[in-house]
Amino acid sequence: MLRFILRRLLQTIPVLFVVATVTFFMLRVAPGGPFDEEKRIPEEIVRKLEAHYGLDKPLWQQYLIQMKNLLRGDFGPSFKYPKRTVNELIADAFPVSLELGCYALLVALTLGIVAGVIASLRPNTASDYVPMALAMIGICFPTFVTGPLLSNYFGLQLGWFNPGGWFFPEDRVLPALTLGFYYAAYISRLTRGGMLEVLNQDYIRTARAKGASESRVVVRHALKGGLLPVVSFMGPAAAGLLTGSFVVETIFNIPGLGRFFVMSAFNRDYTMVLGTVLFYATLIVLLNLVVDVILVWLNPKLKFE
Amino acid sequence: MSLLRCRTVQCRLCVLLAVVLCAFPFLTGCGKRHTRVETGIRDQILHAGNGTDPQDLDPHITTGEPEHKILMALFEGLVTEAPDDLRPLPGVAERWDISEDGLVYTFHLRTNALWSNGDPVTAQDFVNSYHHMLLPELGARYREMLYPIRNAEAFSTGRITDFNEVGAKALDPHTLEITLHSPVPYFLSLIMHNSWFPVHLPTILKHGDIAERANRWSLPGNFVGNGPFVLKEWKVNSHVLVEKSPTYWDRDNVKLNAIYFYSTENVDAEERAFRAGMLHLTKDVPQTKIQVYQQNQPHLIRCEPILSVYFYRLNVTSPPLRDKRVRRALALVIDRELLVKHVTRGGQVPAYQLTPPGIPGYEPRARFSEDVALAQRLMAEAGYPNGNNFPGVNILFNTHEGHRAVAEAIQQMWMKHLNIRVTLRNEEWKVYLNTTQSMDYEVARAGWGGDYIDPGTFLDLFITDGGNNETGWSHAEYDRLIQEAARTGDMKKRFELFQKAEDILMDEMPIIPLYFYTRPTLIHPAVRNFYPTLLDLHPWKYVYLEPPSS
Repeated sequence: MLRFILRRLLQTIPVLFVVATVTFFMLRVAPGGPFDEEKRIPEEIVRKLEAHYGLDKPLWQQYLIQMKNLLRGDFGPSFKYPKRTVNELIADAFPVSLELGCYALLVALTLGIVAGVIASLRPNTASDYVPMALAMIGICFPTFVTGPLLSNYFGLQLGWFNPGGWFFPEDRVLPALTLGFYYAAYISRLTRGGMLEVLNQDYIRTARAKGASESRVVVRHALKGGLLPVVSFMGPAAAGLLTGSFVVETIFNIPGLGRFFVMSAFNRDYTMVLGTVLFYATLIVLLNLVVDVILVWLNPKLKFE
Repeated sequence: MSLLRCRTVQCRLCVLLAVVLCAFPFLTGCGKRHTRVETGIRDQILHAGNGTDPQDLDPHITTGEPEHKILMALFEGLVTEAPDDLRPLPGVAERWDISEDGLVYTFHLRTNALWSNGDPVTAQDFVNSYHHMLLPELGARYREMLYPIRNAEAFSTGRITDFNEVGAKALDPHTLEITLHSPVPYFLSLIMHNSWFPVHLPTILKHGDIAERANRWSLPGNFVGNGPFVLKEWKVNSHVLVEKSPTYWDRDNVKLNAIYFYSTENVDAEERAFRAGMLHLTKDVPQTKIQVYQQNQPHLIRCEPILSVYFYRLNVTSPPLRDKRVRRALALVIDRELLVKHVTRGGQVPAYQLTPPGIPGYEPRARFSEDVALAQRLMAEAGYPNGNNFPGVNILFNTHEGHRAVAEAIQQMWMKHLNIRVTLRNEEWKVYLNTTQSMDYEVARAGWGGDYIDPGTFLDLFITDGGNNETGWSHAEYDRLIQEAARTGDMKKRFELFQKAEDILMDEMPIIPLYFYTRPTLIHPAVRNFYPTLLDLHPWKYVYLEPPSS
């Protein structure tokens, strides 16, 4: 297993290198620059700013400097926040996104798996149709619809929660539900599919024949195999959840990484874009690795090859 | 209890699901609580929405409006704004003398003005600050604001290197003399801008080089200011917290104990926060909600006219727009009343000239009026009778629903009255800026807000090759009038020169004024001394909270 993990980790290096290179050059090709403003900045000041950020050097030199800094784990200074580095900004914002992502993950897995299992136990009955219909609605309702709806109803009508912000423990509830519901819908459908397949297997019939209770059959025997599709799905999904959602963070005014991810592109904050893209890419690669390890653990047919 | 005793797996899972769903409100201890607005009124803590996230709190680096509003709490200049009409009031300077020729200003600084670390604020601090701002290496974007000082531009552009030649001198610790290269009648209004705020040089040097842009002196923990409030917290993308300064000279008259400035990128979230009692005031109001508030809760909304204009730039180098008759025709057929009443719907004022109303002593006479018949005649004279042979025109705007709606309305008006082909093009903000700056457009949306109350802040834009002209328009007489106005100390004569310049501008029409902005503000009735002002500035030291019932 160790060899497998090491090999996969080594494979991430060229992946991240390509991601960094493509991002670097795509940013420079995009029209508009970090110092373009409605009130135009005098030319000599633009030159000073470019010199400060090293943008006055030839592009290949800038690229080499950037790559050298990246190797040291230094993303450089932010263009938008002149007194802060990209590393500091990510370090400040990531815990917020991580916390929100964990809660959302909890909501998504709890609701998704429970609803999926319920639906799979009596297929093509009301207890299948109702949760699956709800899941379909959940998939059809994007977060920019559920977010304001929840915020309006629970925040403004009922007054149970603040409609936005990230100051009190209860401020986590609505964003976590918004983000969690969306993923719960997918997870429930994947769980249902996985469970239906597993429940028809011979070893389940054997377990029942041996007199195992229904709950034991489901929890101890079927769930492990039934969740395989969910685990595969959770790799990239967890990366998306943990690095923050721009939409949910914007709707609920949460100071997370998702907002940097999008706003830095609008601001042409070159270093911030590169920093967040690489951070996100690293997380996806690592979480996919974790998912692969879990899949092997869950499915005896798979091996670390 | 029978539900909890259920035997089937489905039943148990259903119970678990129900419990999870129902547990949230109880686990989080929610229910009706005191809102931030209510506790704020009790504790004199103002919660204000402040628009986009501040980039920095160094007054010499920042350029944006959200930053300026926070800086007004953290710093105080030589003079400060009156809360109701922004007239100059004594700030760090308790009085000042102006020489007869209007070139020398002598400021007498109060002896009890202190920095937040306890150091006295001296005349040398102001000289150091101007030095800091003008340092070529710093690359301060707003350094031009200091150019009225004699030799400031020469120093800033490297033509002279000795700062002693610049017209700012500390005659003694509490007397500052500023010498201008030519009279600037609005000088006292100009120096209220954050680029003129003093900075504490020892603090800057403690955290790095004087000309280092990334110097971290303005971060919480390092920050030293001289305003009525001190910086306590700055969480990126969330909020800035300032608290009443114990060292401020007029602290007894500062009633607020703290102000939270919240950042937001989403106007709907901001409005929801206001409705939920999380904000005392916000200036970010969704366009669709303005009329709803005006009809249902007029006591919570104000639409204040501000010194800002929405207009279309015309690229006079592109073939059909080279002809001034075509440009005038395009301007004359736009129904601005309809535009503000049915499209923008925020109480905006139709614009028939460039400079917004409200500048004391300046009532622009270059107003034109809508005239469809004249416009059609002009088009015919230009060789496009009933729009025949007209190659068409494209309107460029940055991606925004409001800009699209305005562009679509104008597209319809031009097509209907002039029978010409009009296409629309929207571009992402930075791409749009790049396109307009490289003049790769025909008609482009634009907006401009004044930095100080003077017609020059608008009319200066369109001098030949001006950095923000971006129309390709050039007029020798216009340039001469603007340059002469800049050298003239006599306010009456100066305004007359501006009138003539605006006459030329509105006759030549390289731009089409559409409307003057208003700034919608959602404001809780408890907020006092927060008056509508032309620059949308509100000195925080006067603001306080009082329960509406009393």
